[in-house]
Amino acid sequence: MLKDLVMPQNANVFVSKLGDILVKAIDQPLGYAINWGRIWSLWPVHIETACCSVEFGAASGPRYDVERFGIIEAFGSLRQCDLVVVQGTITRKMAPRLRLVYDQMPDPKYVIAMGACAITGGLYFDSYNVLPGIDGVLPVDVYVPGCPPRPETLIQGCMLLQEKIKCMKAR
Amino acid sequence: MSELPPGIKLEKEDDKIMTLNVGPQHPGSGHMRIIVKIDGDYIVSCDPDPGYVHRGEEKMAEYRNYITNIPHLERPVIHDSCNILYPYCLGVEEILGLEVPERAKYIRVIASELNRCVYTLYWLAIYGIFLGHSTMFMWPTGDRELLIDLLEKLSGARVTHAYFIPGGVRNDMPANFEDVCIRQINYFEKRIKQYDSIFYSNPILKSRTIKTGVLAQQDAISLGATGSVLRASGVDFDVRKKEPYDVYDNLDFQSNTLKSGDSYARSKIPWLDMLESCRIIRNALEKIPKSGSVRVKLKPNPKAGNVETYKRVESGRGSLGMYIISNGKPEPYRVKISVGSFRNLICLPYLLKGEKLGNMPAVYWSLNYWPVEADR
Amino acid sequence: MSNTQNKSNLNGDVHIHKNTDSNSIDKKEDDRPEFETNLANTLLHNFGEKIKIDFIKKNRIKVNVQKENIVEIAKFISLNMKFDHAEAVTGIDYPEQNEIEVVYHLGSYEDNLSNQILALSTSAIREDDPTPGSDRTKLPSLRNVFYSVEFHERECFEMLGVYFENHPDNRRLLLPEDWADIPPLRKDFKIKGR
Ligand code: SF4
Repeated sequence: MLKDLVMPQNANVFVSKLGDILVKAIDQPLGYAINWGRIWSLWPVHIETACCSVEFGAASGPRYDVERFGIIEAFGSLRQCDLVVVQGTITRKMAPRLRLVYDQMPDPKYVIAMGACAITGGLYFDSYNVLPGIDGVLPVDVYVPGCPPRPETLIQGCMLLQEKIKCMKAR
Repeated sequence: MSELPPGIKLEKEDDKIMTLNVGPQHPGSGHMRIIVKIDGDYIVSCDPDPGYVHRGEEKMAEYRNYITNIPHLERPVIHDSCNILYPYCLGVEEILGLEVPERAKYIRVIASELNRCVYTLYWLAIYGIFLGHSTMFMWPTGDRELLIDLLEKLSGARVTHAYFIPGGVRNDMPANFEDVCIRQINYFEKRIKQYDSIFYSNPILKSRTIKTGVLAQQDAISLGATGSVLRASGVDFDVRKKEPYDVYDNLDFQSNTLKSGDSYARSKIPWLDMLESCRIIRNALEKIPKSGSVRVKLKPNPKAGNVETYKRVESGRGSLGMYIISNGKPEPYRVKISVGSFRNLICLPYLLKGEKLGNMPAVYWSLNYWPVEADR
Repeated sequence: MSNTQNKSNLNGDVHIHKNTDSNSIDKKEDDRPEFETNLANTLLHNFGEKIKIDFIKKNRIKVNVQKENIVEIAKFISLNMKFDHAEAVTGIDYPEQNEIEVVYHLGSYEDNLSNQILALSTSAIREDDPTPGSDRTKLPSLRNVFYSVEFHERECFEMLGVYFENHPDNRRLLLPEDWADIPPLRKDFKIKGR
C-alpha cells in the first residue's frame, strides 16, 4: 500500500495526501493564529455615509478610544482595509458607491451596520431616497442599533465582531 | 481667487487637462464628490457633486405634524441639533401664536451656545485631520465631551437632544446645572485658548492656509456666503446681532470679523466665536430668572391658520432659515430648510480655481461645510 | 389654500394675514411697520400694477409678480434697493390652482437692511404629467441678477421640475443620476406607506 504510493507515478497523490494530513494537524492552531492577528488589526475604511459618522469620530477620540480594542481610526486607503463601518443612512445615490468600495477591498472583509438607518432605514423609513437597510447591498456581520449609537455601543459592536472572527474559519 | 501662474489656461479642454474624482470615499472629501479638472498641479475647474445624503427631509415634513417633525428635522446636523431646531420652533411659535416664558428663552440661548461649541469643535477636529494634524483631532474631540456632558445633563441625550420644542424647552435645568456649567465653561475657555499655540500659530498650518482660497469681500457678498465664510471676508453680519431673536439683544457679546478672507481667517472665526459663546453663556447664567415655567402647554394636535413664516438664526455654519407654510391642517404644507452649508457650497468652485490640488482639503473644509446638512 | 385667499384679496393693496387661531394676537392694519411699508411703497411706486404685495410684517415683505416681469423687478431690487443675495429659493406646488409658486427670499448685507427679508414670488404653469425641461413649467432664471441663486435654482429644477431659462447649468444636483420618477416635491408624488 505505502509502497504503491511512493512510486514515482503516484507522487502527486502522495503529496496531496500529505497535504491533507498536514492541514489536519496544523489547521486549527494556524487558523487561530491568523484570526488572532486579524482581530487586533481591523482597519475601517474611510467612508462616511451620514450623520452617524459624528459618533464614529467621537469613538476614535480620546475619551472612548476604540484604538485600544484594535480598531484603528479611519485613516488608511481602501486597499489596506478590511472593515466597513456603514455610518448611517444609505441613499440611492450612495448605494452603488458603497458596493464599489466593498468590492475593491481585499478579502477577508467584515461589515458593521451602524445606526438604525443602516439596519432598517430607521427614522427615514418613508423617505423616497433612502434604502430600507443595507442588507440588499452588503453582507452584514454585526448590527449596532441606536440613533446614533453611543460610542460605547459601537465599541461593543466591534468587540462582538472580534468574537465572531475568532469563531470563523480562517480562509 | 488667486492669479493663475503664467502659461496655465482656464477651462480649455485639451489633453493636458485631467479629470479627477475626489470622493465620496476619500479622506479629504467627506460625504460628497468633487470633480476637479487639473492641469499639472493646478485646478482649472471644479464641480461639486453633493447629494449623497439627500434624505428628503422636506418631503417627510409634509407628512408629520408640528410636534412629530422635531426629531427628524434635527438629524441633518445632529451635533448642532439645538440650532437647527431653533428657527423651526420660532416659526411654529409665530404661526401658532405661542408666547415663550422668559426662563425658557435663556435656557435656549445657553443650550444653543453650548451646541455651537460642540459643533465647532467637531469641525475643527476634522479640519485637523484634513491637514494631517492629529493633535488637532484629539484635543477638540476630547474637550467636546465636556460640553456634551453638559448638554446630556440638560436634555438626556448625547447628540440628538430634541430639546427645543415649540413653546419653550422640553424640561427645566437640573438642580446644580448652573454651578457645573460655570465650572466647565471656565475650564473650557482656558483650554481653547491653548489651541492658539498648538494650531493657529503652527507654521505648517499657516503655510497651508494663509493666502489660499482668498474670497474677496465683494465676491463673498454676491455669492451669498454666510457665517464664518462671510465674516472672514470682512462683512460684519451675524443674525444674533442684526436680527436678535429670543434674548440675544439683552446679552453682551460681539461678532468677530477678519479682513483677509483666506482659509486661515475662515478657520479662525469659529474659534473666536467659541470664546464669544463662553461669554454669552456666562452672561445668560447671570441674567436668567431664577424660577418660572419653561414651556407653555400645547394642544395635542395644534393647527395653524393660513399663514407662512420665514425665521432665521445664526447656527454654527451661518444663518439658518426655515420657511414654514401652513394651510390650516395639523401638518405643514411646505417646510423649506435653507442652510448655511448649502449656501456656502457655491463658493467652492470659485475658490478652487487656480489653487494647487494639495490645497483642496484646506480650502474645502474651511468653508464650514457639513455635507449631511447641505443635502438635507 | 392660503394662496387663493391671498390672491383674491389683493388689489395692489396691502393685506395682512388674519390668524384664525384663537390664542393668537390679531394684527391691525395700522400697526404696519413703517420702514417695511416704505420699502414696499418704493416698489409700488416704480412698478405699480406689476406688483402685488402679499403681506408686510416686521422685517418681512412678500411681493408677488408675474413671471414676465420678474427679471426687470429683480434687477431693480438688486441695484436700487441693495438686496444683494438670495437666502433661499423655495418651490411650492399648488395642484388645485395648477401652478407652482417659486419664492426667492432675498436678503441684504447692508447695515440698515440686514434684518429685512424680501420674498419675491412668482408662479409657473404646472403640468399634470411633467417632463422636466421640455414642458411649459418654465421661469426666467435670476442667476444673472443674483449670483447666489445658482445652486438653489438647480435644486428647485430637480425637486419640482421648474426649468429656469438662461440658467447656465440646469443639471441635477441632489437626486441620484438615474432618478426616473416625477419630481419628488410635487404633491402628487406619494412617499411609501403614506
Ligand atoms: S441612525 Fe440616526 S444618527 Fe445614524 S444616520 Fe440614521 S438618522 Fe443619522
